Amino acid sequence: MKKSQEEQLENQDIEIRLLIQAIFDKYGYDFRNYSQAHIKRRMLNRFHLSGMSSISQMIHEALCNHKFVDQLLMDLSINVTEMFRDPAFYKAIREHVIPLLKTYPFIKIWHAGCSSGEEVYSMAILLKEEGLYNRTQIYATDFNPVIIKQAKEGIYPISRMKDFTLNYQRSGGKASFSDYYTANYESAKLLDSFKKNIVFATHNLVTDSVFAEVHMVVCRNVLIYFDRKLQDKVISLFADSLTGGGVLCLGSKENLQFSGYYDNFDGLVTGERVYIKKYKV
Amino acid sequence: MTPARKYKAIVVGSSAGGLNALKTLLRNLDREFKIPVIIVQHISPDSENYLIHILNDLKRLKVKEADEKEHPQPGYAYVAPPNYHLLVEPDQTFTLTVDERVNYARPSIDVLFETAAEAFREHLIGIILTGANNDGSLGLKRIKEMGGMAIVQDPDTAEVDSMPKAAIQACAVDHVLPLEEIAAFLNNL
Repeated sequence: MKKSQEEQLENQDIEIRLLIQAIFDKYGYDFRNYSQAHIKRRMLNRFHLSGMSSISQMIHEALCNHKFVDQLLMDLSINVTEMFRDPAFYKAIREHVIPLLKTYPFIKIWHAGCSSGEEVYSMAILLKEEGLYNRTQIYATDFNPVIIKQAKEGIYPISRMKDFTLNYQRSGGKASFSDYYTANYESAKLLDSFKKNIVFATHNLVTDSVFAEVHMVVCRNVLIYFDRKLQDKVISLFADSLTGGGVLCLGSKENLQFSGYYDNFDGLVTGERVYIKKYKV
Repeated sequence: MTPARKYKAIVVGSSAGGLNALKTLLRNLDREFKIPVIIVQHISPDSENYLIHILNDLKRLKVKEADEKEHPQPGYAYVAPPNYHLLVEPDQTFTLTVDERVNYARPSIDVLFETAAEAFREHLIGIILTGANNDGSLGLKRIKEMGGMAIVQDPDTAEVDSMPKAAIQACAVDHVLPLEEIAAFLNNL
């Protein structure tokens, strides 16, 4: 390898570490235990779009320009999602988790890392169809206040409704999906009746603690961005939040097996990462 | 260090026509081939990862889906799961992400190649096979910059030649080889 390339790579990695440290020191958002390769791709992408001369200049902008730091937080958010994403997961919830939830007089669900809300509304629709929504409270949280605001609005591009409808049908949905939103030119707005039992709030999985006791935690495709240490910390947060017999739902490539809390849970659905918290370990 | 041990990983990118090309490549590797192989094949987001079964049936390398945090081992080939990007961390373990598509693809070949290039540096071989777009070109270029080796399937032997052609244009590749000869070349490293 050419020496200059090696040095350039080393300098770039140091500058990105400093940028992440600066965001933490100044704003309290902690990405230090995120996947390094992921963070680097996101930050270099922003660097190329920004037209700035160096990553060091990005550090200065991040400290002084609040608009720019909002942009960086958006870059570091995982905002690729869909309604009824992974239809097999929602099918498994319908078949295996709903019967459990039906035994509770009142249900509390925490959807952590909810991004722009598509998957929260999917769960609300499913609960409504199963007759459980009126006795459910959903806490939907994300670290990014801008994204939480979007989630609260529940407005999505109409162009996405075709895929969402297909996902809904594949997940075992039997109703007419278009009854669940109002269409207006370019956008589709979820019915307000799905919002009344959802509280949207900012919560940072890395730095914030338990805020409620819940019967189900849904946190999908968030842990894959964390290193093992942070994964373990967040799973302990979920374990502490769940009641005995509570349900933990992870993304399809996220596994409890390597976590220090593996013994606190039993698998519930083969092929899906859906776990039950044991009453006693 | 013997030349054979110089290389610690091989990354392979394929798209249209990739299934047959990957079969030919893996079938002709020695049974005791030691360098881990990491594969991105463009695949439909909701497909079962059938590729793994087909490649495992060749009974050469043990083929499995890449798990997050996994460290690639000799004797194995790893396939990126449908609808996830596969990245290699500086500590040479895998990360999976659900970020935006790159070059209309998730998994994207560029994402694997660029991150692997920095993780393995001069100990990496990148191979671009058949395909109908230009995913992988930037990644192969990055592999060259970091001192690794770039191999491209001879476009004349590719089911679809745009991806190998784009890769050859993007950087000074070390070897342009007919599909049937790539495995023999790797066996003799």
